[in-house]
Amino acid sequence: MKLVPAFAVLTTALSVEAAHAHAFLDHAVPAVGSTVATAPAQVQLFFTQGLEPAFSSATLADANGQPIATGAAVFDPQNKMEMILNLPKLPPGHYKVSWHALSVDTHRTEGSFSFDVQQ
Amino acid sequence: MQSMRFRAHAVALAMAWLAPAAALAHGFVGERFFPATILTDDPFVADEMSLPTFTVNPKGPDGSREIDLEADISKTLWPDIGITFSDQWEHLRPKGAPVATGFGTFDSELDWQFFKNAAHEATLMTGVNVSWAHTGRVQALGADDFTTVSPLLDFGKGFGDLPDSMPWLRPFAVTGNFSYDFPTKTESAGNPNPNNVNYGFAFEYSLPYLEQNVKDIGLRPPFSQMIPLVEVSYSTALNRGQGGQTIGTVQPGIIWSGQYFQIGAEAIIPATRQTGNGYGGLVQLHFYLDDIFPNSFGRPLFGSLP
Repeated sequence: MKLVPAFAVLTTALSVEAAHAHAFLDHAVPAVGSTVATAPAQVQLFFTQGLEPAFSSATLADANGQPIATGAAVFDPQNKMEMILNLPKLPPGHYKVSWHALSVDTHRTEGSFSFDVQQ
Repeated sequence: MQSMRFRAHAVALAMAWLAPAAALAHGFVGERFFPATILTDDPFVADEMSLPTFTVNPKGPDGSREIDLEADISKTLWPDIGITFSDQWEHLRPKGAPVATGFGTFDSELDWQFFKNAAHEATLMTGVNVSWAHTGRVQALGADDFTTVSPLLDFGKGFGDLPDSMPWLRPFAVTGNFSYDFPTKTESAGNPNPNNVNYGFAFEYSLPYLEQNVKDIGLRPPFSQMIPLVEVSYSTALNRGQGGQTIGTVQPGIIWSGQYFQIGAEAIIPATRQTGNGYGGLVQLHFYLDDIFPNSFGRPLFGSLP
């Protein structure tokens, strides 16, 4: 089988090139699609890959799609896999978080999810 | 055999080649990630490789059993234009006759992904597939002694744009393909080579989309990375005495998608009497070369990304 040389080349090349990949959302606090009893002070986004902070961001909108003023997303310098969006005091309602991420190897991903605040 | 040797060398050369940086994503439209489907063509140009796809086919109408070992590799030329080469080694056990082995017909495909709508998770791709004459064992395995040119149109649509009132439907996505065969010979060894229309669909339910965009239901790897799907593919002859004859399969299965590769497995169920009898199955290992080689082979040869 001549497939073997190609596979050998692939695995060899894998070992010599530092590989990174697309950054996916691993989980978030508040959780995706969750309902929280009290308004959170921040949204924490945990990714599967390290991000480029200068080119990664998150925004918040209310149930009508109107943007809510937040600070810029911040990163822990020791952990570029976590993005934090500090929030103002949120009244009860439905909110949508939208994020854009640029992983450290320049792959772009984006996503959004909602959460509800009860009171 | 010659083509496989050539491709192995081509891969080796390509791996050694280093290109200026520019990022590219496989299978993404907006927030939607579409996996590389197995039976049907997916509507993306990408840097990716399936190695191998191991298939145990259902028994043919004549009682024969075929096992295939296939490889394919796709390379982006420009960000939205790419090529794919594929071939397979076949092991055919005819009923009451000796086993025959060898390579099947060598295929190549040039594609242009000309439409993307991120908000609606929609994409369209057109292209042309060419199955090359005399690139496999013609008499023993039935490989083509004629070239077939097949213009194609593929589409992909995710349903993440459905309203929040239908959350459980938002992880759904559909991809599909249509093509038309123009054989360069009207018959081979007395058998007609009709024009065929080919059509296939993949119906996917993305658990990663559910977890990341709709509702965190607590799935953890590997389940949070699985995409159950059903693929169907048919080919209907249109003329030369074969008009209306349809072959096709229905293939329920699952794809697990990781950071650098995906693994897929599907059952194969013949959809028509002409297709065969019983059941078959396949497994595939598929590499995301744009993630494995982000600074070299995994980038388009020409052009830059927006």
